[in-house]
Amino acid sequence: MRISTGYGSRPVSGGFETFTWYFMRISAIGLVFLAIIHLILNHVTTDVACTSYQLVAIRYANPYWRVYDWLLLTLALLHGMNGLRVVIDDYVQSTAWRIRLVSLLAFLTLALFMVGTVTLITFQPVAGSLGPHCLK
Amino acid sequence: MYRGQTGMWAWMLHRITGIGVLLFLIVHIVDISLLGFGPTVYNEGIALFGTTVVRVVSLALIGALLYHAFNGIRIMLVDFVPMAVRYQRILFWTVMILTIVCFLPMAYFVIAPIFGVNAGNTASGV
Repeated sequence: MRISTGYGSRPVSGGFETFTWYFMRISAIGLVFLAIIHLILNHVTTDVACTSYQLVAIRYANPYWRVYDWLLLTLALLHGMNGLRVVIDDYVQSTAWRIRLVSLLAFLTLALFMVGTVTLITFQPVAGSLGPHCLK
Repeated sequence: MYRGQTGMWAWMLHRITGIGVLLFLIVHIVDISLLGFGPTVYNEGIALFGTTVVRVVSLALIGALLYHAFNGIRIMLVDFVPMAVRYQRILFWTVMILTIVCFLPMAYFVIAPIFGVNAGNTASGV
């Protein structure tokens, strides 16, 4: 990862910054659909109080839901964390702090990606967890 | 030229909504990881989302996500369609109107249960 130090010549075309510029736009096209459909499914067509363990068990019986959620997890996390990296580069003036914060961000991104991926892959509904899924 | 014009507000809102959605994403990855602890623990976490306070917070999330999505499309249009830059203002207000038009019906479904209104999406059973 390239961390801006404020020294050296202006970045030329190509390289990490150009790559992330394109990545933000390409991931955005996917996220517009993935995130808005996700929002509609879990807040509109199904009330959020019904998105219980039982509902996850029904949905995750179909592996396509896991693929959908994993794509959303991966694209949203990378898109969001890269956005925050740009914000840090804009406002944190000290090079040392910029390096610390962006390193922390990279670590956090990896940790959250792993937590999310492991949750998606390893989910196995416990016996007897199928049934009515609206809470209360 | 730029300061105080629609472009500045669009840019500022894009950052604020982006950071807001990212904060929610971090919380959301953690709350989904509760799946690994079984139905009781997971459903206790999900029950929080059904409370009045979190429903109102969800409205902010929905508004932020819709704005960020539509404004992102505006940014890509300005980046890739040469003539789009001539319609800056119209594009910005289109983003705002689309955000509000999509937000209102979604907000209805989210807050209806607070007032005991059955919006048709809370039926028990599968």
